Amino acid sequence: MFSDAMPAPTQLFFPLIRNCELSRIYGTACYCHHKHLCCSPPYISQSRLRYTPHPAYATFCRPKENWWQYTQGRRYASTPQKFYLTPPQVNSILKANEYSFKVPEFDGKNVSSVLGFDSNQLPANAPIEDRRSAATCLQTRGMLLGVFDGHAGCACSQAVSERLFYYIAVSLLPHETLLEIENAVESGRALLPILQWHKHPNDYFSKEASKLYFNSLRTYWQELIDLNTGESTDIDVKEALINAFKRLDNDISLEAQVGDPNSFLNYLVLRVAFSGATACVAHVDGVDLHVANTGDSRAMLGVQEEDGSWSALTLSNDHNAQNERELERLKLEHPKNEAKSVVKQDRLLGLLMPFRAFGDVKFKWSIDLQKRVIESGPDQLNDNEYTKFIPPNYYTPPYLTAEPEVTYHRLRPQDKFLVLATDGLWETMHRQDVVRIVGEYLTGMHHQQPIAVGGYKVTLGQMHGLLTERRAKMSSVFEDQNAATHLIRHAVGNNEFGAVDHERLSKMLSLPEELARMYRDDITIIVVQFNSHVVGAYQNQD
Amino acid sequence: MLTDVMMYWLLSVVRRQRTSQGWQTWSLARSSSTSAEAHPVTLPTQAQVVICGGGVMGTSVAYHLSKMGWKDIILLEQGRLAAGSTRFCAGILSTARHVTIEQKMADYSNKLYQQLEQETGIQTGYIRTGSIFLAQTQDRLISLKRINSRLNVIGIPSEIISPKKVAELHPLLNVHDLVGAMHVPEDAVVSSADVALALASAASQNGVQIYDRTSVLHVMVKKGQVTGVETDKGQIECQYFVNCAGQWAYELGLSNEEPVSIPLHACEHFYLLTRPLETPLQSSTPTIVDADGRIYIRNWQGGILSGGFEKNPKPIFTEGKNQLEIQNLQEDWDHFEPLLSSLLRRMPELESLEIMKLVNCPETFTPDMRCIMGESPSVQGYFVLAGMNSAGLSFGGGAGKYLAEWMVHGYPSENVWELDLKRFGALQSSRTFLRHRVMEVMPLLCDLKVPRWDFQTGRQLRTSPLYDRLDAQGARWMEKHGFERPKYFVPPDKDLLALEQSKTFYKPDWFEIVESEVKCCKEAVCVIDMSSFTKFEITCSPVLLQVETAQIRLPEYWLVAFSPELHCLSGHGAQPDALMLALLCSLTLKSTGDQALEVLQYLFSNDLDVPVGHIVHTGMLNEAGGYENDCSIARLNKRSFFMISPTDQQVHCWAWLKKHMPEDSSLLLEDVTWKYTALNLIGPRAVDVLSELSYAPMTPEHFPSLFCKEMSVGYANGIRVMSMTHTGEPGFMLYIPIEYALHVYNEVMSVGQKYGIRNAGYYALRSLRIEKFFAFWGQDLNTLTTPLECGRESRVKLEKGMDFMGREALLQQKQNGVYKRLTMFILDDHDTDLDLWPWWGEPIYRNGRYVGKTTSSAYGYTLERHVCLGFVHNFSEDTGEEQVVTADFINRGEYEIDIAGHRFQAKAKLYPVPSLFAYKRRKDDVELSDLHGK
Repeated sequence: MFSDAMPAPTQLFFPLIRNCELSRIYGTACYCHHKHLCCSPPYISQSRLRYTPHPAYATFCRPKENWWQYTQGRRYASTPQKFYLTPPQVNSILKANEYSFKVPEFDGKNVSSVLGFDSNQLPANAPIEDRRSAATCLQTRGMLLGVFDGHAGCACSQAVSERLFYYIAVSLLPHETLLEIENAVESGRALLPILQWHKHPNDYFSKEASKLYFNSLRTYWQELIDLNTGESTDIDVKEALINAFKRLDNDISLEAQVGDPNSFLNYLVLRVAFSGATACVAHVDGVDLHVANTGDSRAMLGVQEEDGSWSALTLSNDHNAQNERELERLKLEHPKNEAKSVVKQDRLLGLLMPFRAFGDVKFKWSIDLQKRVIESGPDQLNDNEYTKFIPPNYYTPPYLTAEPEVTYHRLRPQDKFLVLATDGLWETMHRQDVVRIVGEYLTGMHHQQPIAVGGYKVTLGQMHGLLTERRAKMSSVFEDQNAATHLIRHAVGNNEFGAVDHERLSKMLSLPEELARMYRDDITIIVVQFNSHVVGAYQNQD
Repeated sequence: MLTDVMMYWLLSVVRRQRTSQGWQTWSLARSSSTSAEAHPVTLPTQAQVVICGGGVMGTSVAYHLSKMGWKDIILLEQGRLAAGSTRFCAGILSTARHVTIEQKMADYSNKLYQQLEQETGIQTGYIRTGSIFLAQTQDRLISLKRINSRLNVIGIPSEIISPKKVAELHPLLNVHDLVGAMHVPEDAVVSSADVALALASAASQNGVQIYDRTSVLHVMVKKGQVTGVETDKGQIECQYFVNCAGQWAYELGLSNEEPVSIPLHACEHFYLLTRPLETPLQSSTPTIVDADGRIYIRNWQGGILSGGFEKNPKPIFTEGKNQLEIQNLQEDWDHFEPLLSSLLRRMPELESLEIMKLVNCPETFTPDMRCIMGESPSVQGYFVLAGMNSAGLSFGGGAGKYLAEWMVHGYPSENVWELDLKRFGALQSSRTFLRHRVMEVMPLLCDLKVPRWDFQTGRQLRTSPLYDRLDAQGARWMEKHGFERPKYFVPPDKDLLALEQSKTFYKPDWFEIVESEVKCCKEAVCVIDMSSFTKFEITCSPVLLQVETAQIRLPEYWLVAFSPELHCLSGHGAQPDALMLALLCSLTLKSTGDQALEVLQYLFSNDLDVPVGHIVHTGMLNEAGGYENDCSIARLNKRSFFMISPTDQQVHCWAWLKKHMPEDSSLLLEDVTWKYTALNLIGPRAVDVLSELSYAPMTPEHFPSLFCKEMSVGYANGIRVMSMTHTGEPGFMLYIPIEYALHVYNEVMSVGQKYGIRNAGYYALRSLRIEKFFAFWGQDLNTLTTPLECGRESRVKLEKGMDFMGREALLQQKQNGVYKRLTMFILDDHDTDLDLWPWWGEPIYRNGRYVGKTTSSAYGYTLERHVCLGFVHNFSEDTGEEQVVTADFINRGEYEIDIAGHRFQAKAKLYPVPSLFAYKRRKDDVELSDLHGK
C-alpha cells in the first residue's frame, strides 16, 4: 500500500525535473508517492534545495520556463490538445476545495480579532495526503487553525486533523469546566460543546474511530483533572499546545500497541501509527497569537509597512536539515558515534525529511516493539515491505518526536494576515512573494491605495478617468473570491514575471494523477485575516 | 437666561458669519472660539426640559418649546453647536416627499427658515432656488406625478415639465435621456449650520440656556419616569428629556438603566465640492435631483456641490462611537466613482471643473426610511427626535414644531403615527439588524417607490410555526413589525417576475393568483396565517391586598386555616371546598373584578360588560375621541379578556394601556402574541371544516357571529375559536397555542380538502376587507379620527352608564357633526389592465374641488372595480375653513380620484355595497363541485 513503483521508466524523468527537485522526486519515483520518506538511499547525492538564501542557487532555480519548454517537447507535443483546460475548467479544479469562513458580526460587543479565513488545497497525491482544520474554541476564547502534511499515506494526517484540536482545547480548559464535562459524561448528560468546526464538505471525520478517539481524549482530561493541584489557575497556552501535541502522539502510539478487537479499527490505528504527519497550528485569541509547529509546514505573518508595502514575518521554524538548530538537537540526543548516520542526505536516518512528526512509529519504537506489533498485526501489515523495513543505523530510538516548537506573537495593527501552508507552497514560492500576493489581493478586495486630492489641481474629468481605470483593473485581476485559491493559482501558474500564465496553469492541472506528484506536492493553505480595528483597540487599552 | 459666556460666543460666531460666509470660515470659528474653555461654567441643577443635541433638531425643539411658552429649558451639546451632521449638511431644502406628513414638515421648515434671518438677525444663506426632479424613465415620471398632485393640494406649487423646459431652467444639464421632470419653484438652499445657530440664538433670547462641550452620560429614570440627566459636568434634575443626538441617539438611548430603543444607524455619505466655474454658477440656479442617476446637484459658491446615495452604502459606527472610525472618515474616491460618472453624464461640461474636496459626512438612517419622533413607550418624559434619513434640514423646523406640540399639549397637531417611535420595539434594535437594514434603506432613497414594496433585509425574524410549511407551498412573504406574513401563494406551475422587474404602478403580476384566492374565500374556504396580530390578555386578578381587606371581617382562625389556599385561589380560581371559603372568595373576586372592569370600561369606548363568550369590536380612544387603537376583545370568562390589535400596535397599545391604567389597579396585562398561532378560516365552508374537526355544531344558531369558545380541533384541545374573520366574510379565527399549530393546520388542510380549502395570503384579505369597507388602524384610522368620522357609531356605547376616555369629545361631535368622513369610493372608468392603480394618498375631488385624500385601496374582485377608502372634508369655498360633513354632502357630490395627475370618476359610498354576494353564492353553489378535490 505504501509503495507502488512508478510505471514510467526512471530515465525519462531526468530531463523533466527541476534540479532542485531531483533528489526528492527520485526518491519518490523509486519508492513511494511521498517526498518525505525514502527508504533506499537516493542515487543522486545532490542536496535538496528549497529556498536557499544563496543567490547563485536562486538563479539556478529561477528559470523554470526552461524545463517547461523541454517538458512540452517531450511530453505533450504528441497530444497537445488533450490536457488543455479552459479557464472555467481550471477554476473549477482550483475552487473544488476552497472554503471561506467569516466570523459572524455579532452585536458589536463580541468582536473578534479574526475577520475570517480562506482555505484551499490542491492535491498532487491521489488521494491527497494533506489535511486542514479550523475551529472556534467554545469553552475558552480563541480560534484554532492548522495544516497537516501527511506522508506514507494520509491515515496519520487525517487522524491528527480530527483529533489534535480537541487535545488542545481540553488542555486549555480550566479545571471546573473539565470537571463539568467529566460529570456530564459520567451521568450521561449532554456535553458542553468544545469546538465549533469550520469545515469544507470534503473534510470528513472518521465515524468508526470516534468512540476510540473519544475514550483516549477522556482519559487525557481525567488525568488533567487528577493532576490539578488546585493552585495554578492560569493556563499557559504555550504549555497547553506542547502537552496536546505530545499527548496525541503518545495516544496514537499507544492505541497501535494495544490494538482494537474490531479488525477494521485495529488496522486503522496501525496505519495511523505507521504513517506520519507534520502539523502547523495557530491559536489566535485577541492579540495573542501562538503558532505550534512540528515539521516543515510554515506559518507566515503578512505585515503591512507604513508605506503600504508588504513584508513577511516567519512565525515557525522548519524542522528539517536546513535548520542548524535541529541538526544540533538530533546530534545531541544521540550518542556521538551516530553523529554521521542520524542525518544522511539531509534526511533523518537517510529516510525522512521532516525531523519532527506525528506517527512514524518506525522512528520512535524500539526494534523489538516494531517487530512484535507487526507480527501480531493484521496480514496486510505483515505483508507490507515498507512497514517491516527497519531504518538503517537504528540504535537509540526514538529518533523522532512530535513535540512542537511554539512561537508567540502579539498582534499589532500592521499584522494583516497569517498564511499557514504545507511545504508544497513554500517550495514553489518565496515567502516574500507569498505575502505580497496575498496582501495585494486582500487590500485590492477592499481598497486599493486610496486616492487623495489634497493640494493638487485635479479636474472632475481627470479624476473620472483615473477611477474608471482603477475599477477596470480591479475587476480583471481579482477573479478569485478566496485568498488561498488566489495563492495556489500563483504557486502553480506563475511564469518568470510572477504573473499567472494560463497555459502553464492549465498544463499543471491537467497532469495525470500518477505524474502530478512529480511536478508539485500537495498544497494546503489557510489565510487568516485579522481585524486591525479590533487589534488596534486592544493595543489602545494597554 | 442665556449665560453670558454663551451669549458672547453666539455673538462672536454671528459676527464672523457676517464678515464672510462659508465652510472654512465656520471651521475657523470653531477652532478659535475658546472662551467656553477659559471660563468653566457650572450647570444649573434643575430644569423642566433638558435637550441633548445642538444640531438643527435640538435647536428647533428648543426654539419651538420656548415659543410655546416653556421657558425652563436647557440644551446640551457635547461638542459645538451645529457641529455634527448639521455642519456637513448639503443645505438642500426640498418639499418633494413621498409621505404627506413629511411634505408638511418640509413646507413648514421652508417658511420658518425663510423668515429666520429677519427674526434673529443671523444670516442663514437662505436662497429660493427651486428644485428640479428629473425622470429618466416613465415609471419615475409617474412617481413624480404622484408627488406633484399631492404637493398641489397642500398648497405647495409644483409642476411637471418637459425636458426642454428643464434645459431652459438650468444651463448645464444634459436632457437628452429625460422623459420629463418636476419643478418645485419654492424649494430652497440654506446653510444648515447657520439655521441651527439662528434657532439657538432665538431660543436663548426666549430663555433657553445652552451649554456646549457638555456630554449627557445617561438619563436618570425612576418608576418609568424621567427624573434627571447625568452629564460629565454634573447632574440636572428634569421632567422631560429630549434625545436629539442624531447618529448617537441609539447609543444614548441604550445607556439608560431602562434602555430606550431608538433604531437608527449611520452610513457614510459623500458629496463633492468644486471650485467655481469660469462663469460662476448663479446662486439662484435650481437644485437638481436625478434619482435615476442617484445624485443631487446644487450650486455652491459659483461651483457645484453634488452627492448621492450609492447602491453599496458603507455603514459605520455599528459598534458605537469609535475614535478610529471617526478619524478614518476620509474621502473614498473609488466608492464615489459611480456617482461621479453619473454627474458627468448629467453635466458633461463639468469635466474641466477643478475638484475642491470630497466630503464624507455620516448620515443617519432608520429601518423604514422615516424619521423617529415621540415619547418612549417605556420611560415617560423621554422624547426623541432623530433618524432623519439625510433630510434633517428639510424636516428640522416642522419636526421640531410637532415634537414641541407633543410635549406641551400631549399631542402634535398632525397625525404622526408614521414617524412615531412606538412603531418600533426592542426587536428592531439589534445592531446587526440595523446595519443590514440601513444598507438597504440608503439606496432606497433614490430607488423608485412602488406600491407593496417589502424590505429584503432583516427578514425572517419573527415567524409563525407554520412558516416552513407555508413557504414550501409557494408562499411569498411580506413583513410587518418583524413578523413574516404570507402575501399570496404562487401555484407550482406559475412563475412570477423577479423582484426588480415586478416593480410597477400598474396591474401587478400576482393579480390572477390573488383573484383565485379571493374566489376561494367567497365560494369555499381559505386559511390565512394571521399570527402576527398583537394579542394581549387582560385579567382582573384579585390581588392579595383585597384578600386582606376581606379577611379583616372574618374571625382570626380562618385566616390561619385558609390563607394558603386563599393564595392559590386568588391566582387561579379553582373550586374551593369549604362553603365559607367560597363565599369569602367570591366576595373578594367580585369587589376586585368590578373595580378592574371599571378601568377597562374607562379605557375602551364600547361596552365590555358583555356575557362571557362575546366579542366586542371597540376602539381605545384618546381624550379627543381619536383612535389610539382599534381592537377586538373577547370576554373569556368573568375576569379575563382577550384582546386582538393590529400587528404594529404591539408597542403603542401596551404603552397606552400601561400609561392609563391606575398604578394600584388589579388588572394584569400580558402580551401573549408569541403564545398563539392564529389561523383565519374564511369562507362559507369554514363551518363545515370546523364542525367536522370538532364534532360540535358550528351553525349560526349554535355559534353566532362575534362569539368566542374554547374547543377542541382535531386532537388539540383549548383552541380559542372566534366567529369573525376581520373581513366581513363568514368564517372563524382560530387562536391556537403554538405547540398545536402544526397539528391543527394539518388537520384543517386535510379535512378541508373536500371543501376545496387552500392557502391564502394578506393580499386576498386586504381585497376582501376593503371591498367590505373595513377600515384598518394605522392605514385608514389614526389618533385624529374618531369613530363617528368613520361610521362606527355602533362600536361606541356613549350611554354605557359610565364615563370613558373620549366620551366628552364624541358627545360634542355627535351634537356638532363631523368635519371629515371616511368614505368608500368605487372607481368607475378605470381600466384595471391599462390604467395606473390607486395606492394611497391620492387626492379626492368633489365636484372638481379637492376634499381629501385616500388612505388605502384594493381591487375588489367581487365588484370587479377598484375600491379606495378615504376621508372627505368640506372646505369652505371662501375661507378654506373646515365645515361639517353630512351624509347628504357626501351623497350629493360627483367624485374623482387623482392618480398621478389622471382623474378617475368614482362613486362614493358611506356603507358597504349590499353584497352581490348573497346572490352569487346561491348561483355558485351549483358550480362548487368544480372546486372539489382541487
